[in-house]
Amino acid sequence: MPLKEIERFSVSYLQILDEKGNVDKELEPKLSSDDLIRLYRGMFLGREVDQRMLKLQRQGRIGTFGPCTGQEAAHCAPAFAMTEKDWFVGAFREVGARLMRGESILQPLLFHNGYEEGNRRPDGKRILPISIIVSSQTLHAVGIAYATQYRGEKDSAVVTFFGDGGTSQGDMHEALNFAGVWKAPVVFICQNNQWAISLPRSKQTSSRTLAQKAIAYDIPGLQVDGNDALAMYKATKDALDRAHAGEGPTFIEAVTYRMMMHTTADDPTKYRSEEEVEGWRTRDPISRFRIYLEKKGIWDDARQKQLEEEIKSEIDAAVKEFEAMTDFKPDAPFDFVFGTRHDEIEEQRQAFLEELRKEAQNA
Amino acid sequence: MPKMTMVQAVSFALEQEMAKDDSVIVLGEDVGMDEGVFRATAGLYKRFGDRRVIDTPLAESAILGTAIGMALAGLKPVAEMQFSGFSYLMIAQLEGHASRFRARSQGQWTCPLVIRMPYGGGVRALEHHSESREALYGHIPGVKVVMPSGPRNARALLVAAIRDPDPVVFMEPKRSYRAFREEVPEEEEVMEIGKAQIAHEGADLTVIAWGAMVPIVLPIVQEVETKRGVKIEMIDLLTISPMDANLIAASVKKTGRCVIVQEAPKTISVASEIIAQINDKALLYLQAPVRRVTNFDVVTPYFGREMMYIPSPGRIRRAIEETLDF
Repeated sequence: MPLKEIERFSVSYLQILDEKGNVDKELEPKLSSDDLIRLYRGMFLGREVDQRMLKLQRQGRIGTFGPCTGQEAAHCAPAFAMTEKDWFVGAFREVGARLMRGESILQPLLFHNGYEEGNRRPDGKRILPISIIVSSQTLHAVGIAYATQYRGEKDSAVVTFFGDGGTSQGDMHEALNFAGVWKAPVVFICQNNQWAISLPRSKQTSSRTLAQKAIAYDIPGLQVDGNDALAMYKATKDALDRAHAGEGPTFIEAVTYRMMMHTTADDPTKYRSEEEVEGWRTRDPISRFRIYLEKKGIWDDARQKQLEEEIKSEIDAAVKEFEAMTDFKPDAPFDFVFGTRHDEIEEQRQAFLEELRKEAQNA
Repeated sequence: MPKMTMVQAVSFALEQEMAKDDSVIVLGEDVGMDEGVFRATAGLYKRFGDRRVIDTPLAESAILGTAIGMALAGLKPVAEMQFSGFSYLMIAQLEGHASRFRARSQGQWTCPLVIRMPYGGGVRALEHHSESREALYGHIPGVKVVMPSGPRNARALLVAAIRDPDPVVFMEPKRSYRAFREEVPEEEEVMEIGKAQIAHEGADLTVIAWGAMVPIVLPIVQEVETKRGVKIEMIDLLTISPMDANLIAASVKKTGRCVIVQEAPKTISVASEIIAQINDKALLYLQAPVRRVTNFDVVTPYFGREMMYIPSPGRIRRAIEETLDF
């Protein structure tokens, strides 16, 4: 018997706003001027917080962090497409998105200075803390999605982020598989920034696209220009609409670039060329979006200057507040081992405090 | 009071809690239509349907990982690991997330969930179906580890685990699943997690055991008491972590002699921790060195040899008598 083709698959690529600021009128999302400016502001704030944190880290005023510069469209535009009822289940390179979903600038500062206080949930907000174990959070997203389905919350879905390296992890594949079987309302967003610390995308997987990983689980997989905020917005919005309508999960590969180091503890000149980085500068998501706004006549240098001043003072105020915080309860970790009281933990707390007192006396 | 086996008591607890609280859901491999490979979820699928009794794809990390998401979103998932020997695939999610959400968010996100798993040897099973690895789980801060020893406490502790605000690893001795029956009250019975129980009172020696070892040790205790005219105190640990060290210390202070019986290997084990606790809290009351009767530090042998390695009645009896004679 001759072989016959039983299935055929394809992966689409979406770009709406190109590097020069040209827009595809047919695909252009219908967003008001206010909305467009809000999205621009979100990306710009993310960039500025990122760059300030880099300075603070170099001055020893905060610890290690993973800069997001260059990836703002890939995570801020999805955050912008979400509603208050949608859940944000992030990794660790989405600071702008977190701020857009309702975190304060104080939170990343505290987190990256070694305090769990940075993970405190803004009132009632559906934002999970930073997740450092690569792709592990994608499973939480699927579980949350199951719970929202179970509770009949038709208007909530979950957006989860991970990177190109994350597509090699079993947890991501298990998450896609469970989400496919459960038709779980999840939007999987892979920020393919081309580098997993020192491992280039080409050595991460031989798959020609990352989007095609989803096809094995019968989940639509779309590749998107991850530096195009309009495309990322539209892709996420469509995926959320599908999720809310009970049509199940979507996988979005956001093709972007990590302009900075993996974390501040890393030196990328060891493994990649400056020419490669330069090549991506022209595709910057924020300058591209600014051109778009200017062409629309809703943005100009004066407004830009005003925004820069506004954001600078916002960040200044947060840094000031952060640096004034000194009263971190030493034994707080004992408060949060369990939700119930246990002698063993309390005895260890007393021993810990006693040792602190002795250290203070000896000092 | 109905008489039940341990595996019946487990499904009884699950059914009662599910009937009471619609946030309780069960997930795992073959837990639905098939009612679990040991029938621990008997009747649940029929009564509560496939939304609450989820036959998951075959992936332990995902079973716990999605259960974590469900718990974060307000459900109370009870996840089954089909055998403890397959549970190691979910340790990354347990150590990395379930145990940490409370601390990480300073109490604003919590993971109230239960991970049930049959553990232990003595059932002539294949490789990976006979280990006793409670020490692995007991070593993770933020995780409670509970090991019932009989039908009645299995039911009361499982109810407590489901209602607990923290992740609970609930290790069920599969060797005892159908070994004996006990009366289990129809009405609600809850035992406190973190508390050991005096299973038998005595003044001359303390024996500590948990899980599958308890029904093995108890008749030996009674035998030695009759033979030697002594009174032996038997502690059923029930919770491995957080450990009820104060109850152990109080008993050892009273008896001055102690034997610990565990199915698990010797080194860096729960028995080691109990000895350290006695050292901290009751050392000067000891009249004899604390003895451990344990498995050996070998890779769990296949079932042809396993009963030579698991503490046998003879080994337990000798340790008790030698400690009495010291």
